[in-house]
Amino acid sequence: MDILNLIITIIGGTSLALGSLAVIFGALGLLRLSDVYQRMHGAGILDTGGAGLILFGLLLLSPDWTVSVRIVLIGFLLVFTSPTATHAIARAASMAGIKPILAPKPRKNKEESE
Amino acid sequence: MSIQIMLTASLIALGIAVLIAFVRAALGPTAFDRALAVNSIGTIAVLAICVHGYWAGRPEFLDIALLYALINFIGTIAVLKFFRFGTLGDHLSSEHAIGHPSEDDQKSEKK
Repeated sequence: MDILNLIITIIGGTSLALGSLAVIFGALGLLRLSDVYQRMHGAGILDTGGAGLILFGLLLLSPDWTVSVRIVLIGFLLVFTSPTATHAIARAASMAGIKPILAPKPRKNKEESE
Repeated sequence: MSIQIMLTASLIALGIAVLIAFVRAALGPTAFDRALAVNSIGTIAVLAICVHGYWAGRPEFLDIALLYALINFIGTIAVLKFFRFGTLGDHLSSEHAIGHPSEDDQKSEKK
């Protein structure tokens, strides 16, 4: 029973560390990418990977079942609301006439060589 | 004890992420960049409140995190609606919208 507790604590701590890394990488993507639609990719990493892993780690570390219920509720709420908010931002940006940065068209030289 | 160190490190990482997202919210060229960054800051704040509740040994903070997640979503939708229509309530027209060239501007550009 003691070993089981230790294993659960180790998995929870590792999940917390990975979630913190995902949150930092998502924030870096939010800072460094070059377009609204590309920055949404960083926000998506932050919302899914970071929040999911950190909440999973806290769920494993929870001391009581009422705490677990609240963690699961927060997880459900974030899973349902953050993609909706990101989609609303993308739709508003698209309707405001912001064009996404597309890849440049392939040159004719490549087609000739192929 | 070691899990306390892990929680402290997680709190520090969340603080750094809030700072990075705040730089994007301050720099953001369009209003939608700022809305996206503020939404991300809200998500990070929810996570930070949860981790802080564990760190302080007071899981009552999770209720506050639940409320903050709800208010964050509704606030983002309200701000986007304000961008689109210029008001939040009665007169829903896109005349005052940010980023929408109104018809008068288009006519004057054509002239």
